[in-house]
Amino acid sequence: MTAGRPGPVRVDGEMLAVKRAGGYVHLTMVAPGVAERFRPGSFVALAVGGPLSDRCLRRGFPIYRVRASGAYGGTVEVVARPGEAGTTWLAGLSAGSPVDVLGPLGRPFALPKEPVACALVGEGQAAAPLFPLAERLRERGCVVHMLLAGADERSLFGTLEARRAARTVLVATEDGSVGIRGCVADVLPDLLARTGADVVYASGTFPVLHAAARAAEQHGAWSQTAVPAPDGCGTGLCQGCVLPAVGEDGLTRMVRACTEGPVFRGDRVRWDDIGTVPADTWGATPGVAR
Amino acid sequence: MTPDEVDLSCEVGDLRMPNPVMTASGCGGGRELAPFLEVADLGAFVTGSVTLDPCAGAGGPRLVETPSGVLHRTGLQNPGLQGFLTGELPWLAQRGARTVASIAAGSLGEYAELARRVGNSPGVRAVEVNLDLAGREAPDRRLGEDPYQAGKVVAVVRREVPRGIPVLAKLVGQPGLVDLAGAVVKEGADAVVVSGQVPGAAIDRSTLAPSVSSGTLSGPAVHAVAVHAVWQVHAAMPDVPIVGVGGVRTGWDALELLLAGARAVQVGTAALHDPGAAARVVEELRVELGALGIESVARAVGAAHGQGVSR
Repeated sequence: MTAGRPGPVRVDGEMLAVKRAGGYVHLTMVAPGVAERFRPGSFVALAVGGPLSDRCLRRGFPIYRVRASGAYGGTVEVVARPGEAGTTWLAGLSAGSPVDVLGPLGRPFALPKEPVACALVGEGQAAAPLFPLAERLRERGCVVHMLLAGADERSLFGTLEARRAARTVLVATEDGSVGIRGCVADVLPDLLARTGADVVYASGTFPVLHAAARAAEQHGAWSQTAVPAPDGCGTGLCQGCVLPAVGEDGLTRMVRACTEGPVFRGDRVRWDDIGTVPADTWGATPGVAR
Repeated sequence: MTPDEVDLSCEVGDLRMPNPVMTASGCGGGRELAPFLEVADLGAFVTGSVTLDPCAGAGGPRLVETPSGVLHRTGLQNPGLQGFLTGELPWLAQRGARTVASIAAGSLGEYAELARRVGNSPGVRAVEVNLDLAGREAPDRRLGEDPYQAGKVVAVVRREVPRGIPVLAKLVGQPGLVDLAGAVVKEGADAVVVSGQVPGAAIDRSTLAPSVSSGTLSGPAVHAVAVHAVWQVHAAMPDVPIVGVGGVRTGWDALELLLAGARAVQVGTAALHDPGAAARVVEELRVELGALGIESVARAVGAAHGQGVSR
């Protein structure tokens, strides 16, 4: 551990609890030093497979909750969707198992200086980091509205907790099994018009973030979008999680989701070009990779 | 012998280091490591490869996790020479890092300009010539695999870099590695960086198409390749300083490369998993040597080739 330094820490933590939460698992880990440095929107990168693991990359998860102190020392909580082998391994850990935690990482959500109305948009388990954000916003006198979206009822996260966290809660599922039938692109414009939100905070997959950024722009609101916490190093070394984003100077650069993000201004990300290096990117020379 | 009594200091040409553990090129600009270690505590910090112009790098996916390794294809994303000199080098100098500037280019003229500018910049202690252009789409991608071409690159760089600043040639290419090493040393390389990296590919499970069709495999998967490569070069040219790189995660991994003939090692992929890995390897190496009763790094270098280490 590197206590005393600013920034993230790597700690040999311990799994405290693994609980089912709908289609997801809610992991609580003892990880001293992470909670103290946490701000909503930052993430942790967890090693998978144990000390003899052949897995060289970490798995990124947005932080759902922290407790700075308590009977076990500082704890950090994340919500994961098992499926990928490393995440399934984490979900199968029993309480007391060692877990290697690196965090908190990345740029958190920017908070408004004025007590404004905010719309928080979460897709599936990616809604997790919106709950500590809602708390900070309410402390600042902001009015919080929440939109939780997913493919179906099982893929929603936090619908009960949202009632405490937000003044109004809207639930949307694509199959209409619960709440309004539709996706974020369908329902967010109306929500913004109805609430007069000044800022949109969104966390989810790229298409949902794009829809949230577009709706915010059309409504004249700021947007803060949290892209999925990247798997990789989490620290900016590997440059595996880059995406094209426009800087203050109007130039497009390949920026790292783990370091310059995961929270970006929604109007800065070139959503249609993710996964590519657009031809007008700073340093993109067609034909020659230099 | 206690670990504190072990002398870790080492020399690679005129590059004198307090310990033989360097970072491998492509692990950030230095600042990323600052929360986890002091860059000045490492033997040296090797920069990501700097190109003359800024480079946006490759599109995705750039990184695929493979058994015991990482397959990567970043396309040398870097801020270019000017961005490096103004944005990264001053920070490294201020933190007291021994900076080894890695350079990559597509032509002899570019290599010459990079070498002159970087080699004359205060704070640069050595220049590493990246001859691994296999992942690039330049027409001269074989520049680094052909002994004649690689020798020409090194000759140009050596001519432009001031005396006292060693030129390290980072080599690719099995099985012609020994010939390649001989050629670059003949043309003035002060040391060779011998890597275990090999080409690799991966297929995506959902699209059934290649996720990375031509990338570079690094990590523990290639450690034995690196030990073999270092062994071969040292056996052929015992007086040539070698820096070994490939899959170093622990102090023992580092010592293995030293025993095979490397004077220093580089840590790369391990830092993606543990950003403090390089500093940890320094301490683990100290403990390994102490426990084995080997008093210095110098005694370990190449010792596996003879009668073992005299303790």
